[in-house]
Amino acid sequence: MLRGRAFKFGDNISTDDITPGRWFHLRSNLPELAKHLLEDVNPDFVSQVKPGDFIVAGRNFGLGSSREHAAVIIKMAGVSAIVAKSVARIFFRNAINVGLPVLICDSDKIEDGDELEVDLKGGKVKNVTTGSELTSGKFPEVMLSIIDEGGLIPYIKKHKDFDIS
Amino acid sequence: MTLAEKILAAHSGKKRVSPGEFISARVDLVMANDITAPIAIMEFERLGIKAVFDPQRVVMVTDHNVPAKDILAAEQAKLLRDFARQQGLVYLDCGKFGIEHVVLPEQGLVLPGDVVVGADSHTCTYGALGAFATGMGSTDIACAMATGEIWMKVPPTIKFVYHGRAKKWVTAKDLILYTIGDIGVDGARYAVMEFCGEAIAELSMDGRFTMANMAIEAGAKVGLFRTDEKTVEYVKSRARRPYQVYEPDEDSQYSKVIEYDVSLIEPQVAFPHLPSNTKGISEVGEVKIDQAVIGSCTNGRLEDLRLAAEVLKGRKVHPDVRCLIIPGSQEVYLQALREGLVEAFIQAGATVTMPTCGPCGGFHMGVLAPGERCIATTNRNFVGRMGSPKSEVYLANPAIAAASAILGQIGGPEEVVDKK
Repeated sequence: MLRGRAFKFGDNISTDDITPGRWFHLRSNLPELAKHLLEDVNPDFVSQVKPGDFIVAGRNFGLGSSREHAAVIIKMAGVSAIVAKSVARIFFRNAINVGLPVLICDSDKIEDGDELEVDLKGGKVKNVTTGSELTSGKFPEVMLSIIDEGGLIPYIKKHKDFDIS
Repeated sequence: MTLAEKILAAHSGKKRVSPGEFISARVDLVMANDITAPIAIMEFERLGIKAVFDPQRVVMVTDHNVPAKDILAAEQAKLLRDFARQQGLVYLDCGKFGIEHVVLPEQGLVLPGDVVVGADSHTCTYGALGAFATGMGSTDIACAMATGEIWMKVPPTIKFVYHGRAKKWVTAKDLILYTIGDIGVDGARYAVMEFCGEAIAELSMDGRFTMANMAIEAGAKVGLFRTDEKTVEYVKSRARRPYQVYEPDEDSQYSKVIEYDVSLIEPQVAFPHLPSNTKGISEVGEVKIDQAVIGSCTNGRLEDLRLAAEVLKGRKVHPDVRCLIIPGSQEVYLQALREGLVEAFIQAGATVTMPTCGPCGGFHMGVLAPGERCIATTNRNFVGRMGSPKSEVYLANPAIAAASAILGQIGGPEEVVDKK
């Protein structure tokens, strides 16, 4: 069970919002790059987010570039999961591959600052502040296992043969 | 099965695949660039595997920050170069090649019927050839380099049919901008966009690359064209290995069919800060600009430069505008030089630079200051995309960008070309 505070964002948060191109000279220095996470959308986010907190977004979170740095620095900032109405496909793969869970549900029922409890296996998001509960589709087994192992690389190292079919 | 399903079935050893099914597909080519390869190489090394699955099928390109703009960029490019040499990979360096999505088709490295994965979101460009090509992150690419396989969920296919004949100055860029404006930046999320119809058959290969390139801007996994005589003609002298052409079945199941009459479409401009925020050129109003960029993996091919030259030749870039023209590859650059396009650009007061992704991503060579506006033939206009978060990017075709550079504000080519 994951527990933390919701930081609310709107629709179409792009990879340029998450990792602005102007900081890309820091791309090999991920802790430094992480200091600029989402700064054009919420300049206080990095200073306020605590380990375990959630990014709660609207539609199509993470659209744009394939830069995996976007998912990596969100995880580095301590965010325990993304909760959104929908997520762009490359970002979705990157998030799972680096071990950052993504839950799809009606995020309109969550306000900025709400306390959330997330049950990944059950696909449930409980809003502790309002008492409401949201259901997200269940993760395919293979993705849950990847997240459990901490990402795709540790998963492949452990399972050797990556045969999902 | 649709075209995409046919390709995926063949690459996963199955008779049939259906949307939603998880498969492990064999890849024909894996690509990474100087932005994304460093993480991919690091992850590859974490896997503890010594060699890539097939060095002739792994391509490294330096194009985003080259020639190195600073010490860090130089270190990153060196990392790629060293890895490529050590592994014996196909390595495409600046000075000899250019922007990845212009160069890989030119070099015959991507072919019809392929499954291609690249650590760059615009890898979908190769869909123009009839290849199932899609962008992924560095970890996926590391695993594909190691195993030659990739896991995928089979996407549904949306069929886009373009009827009629396009008006003068209406290009492939306008068709794709119009489409994104219609369906939105997530209108094809996780789906294949299959482009067909008589207006698509009319498009040159350069135009098809432009359209496929921006499929990702509608959230798509792939932007796919059927292979026809034009495709075969294009790959004939370039292909470095045999390839197989796939055709969709007569009874293909599409999740949706969307049809357009292109004769009703005018040149499009996407306003800040989403590619879907489109208007017809006649509805733009007065938008003054500081910079015009003509180039990129979207519109940096020969046909694009010819179109820009048609507008710029014998005219002058507005005194308040910087006009940057970026051939997509050395091959395009050389041909532009031979045809006198480069001379026409320089005499018009435009800068012609070496092939690079620099300005499009706000990395180098054309970064915007706060309050500045740029019209660009690139593919994204997100907040801060080309520099300051207080700058603005407008997306358009090369003729509109060239005309705007002359006018000092966004406008159509007929405003300058017909006024001789």
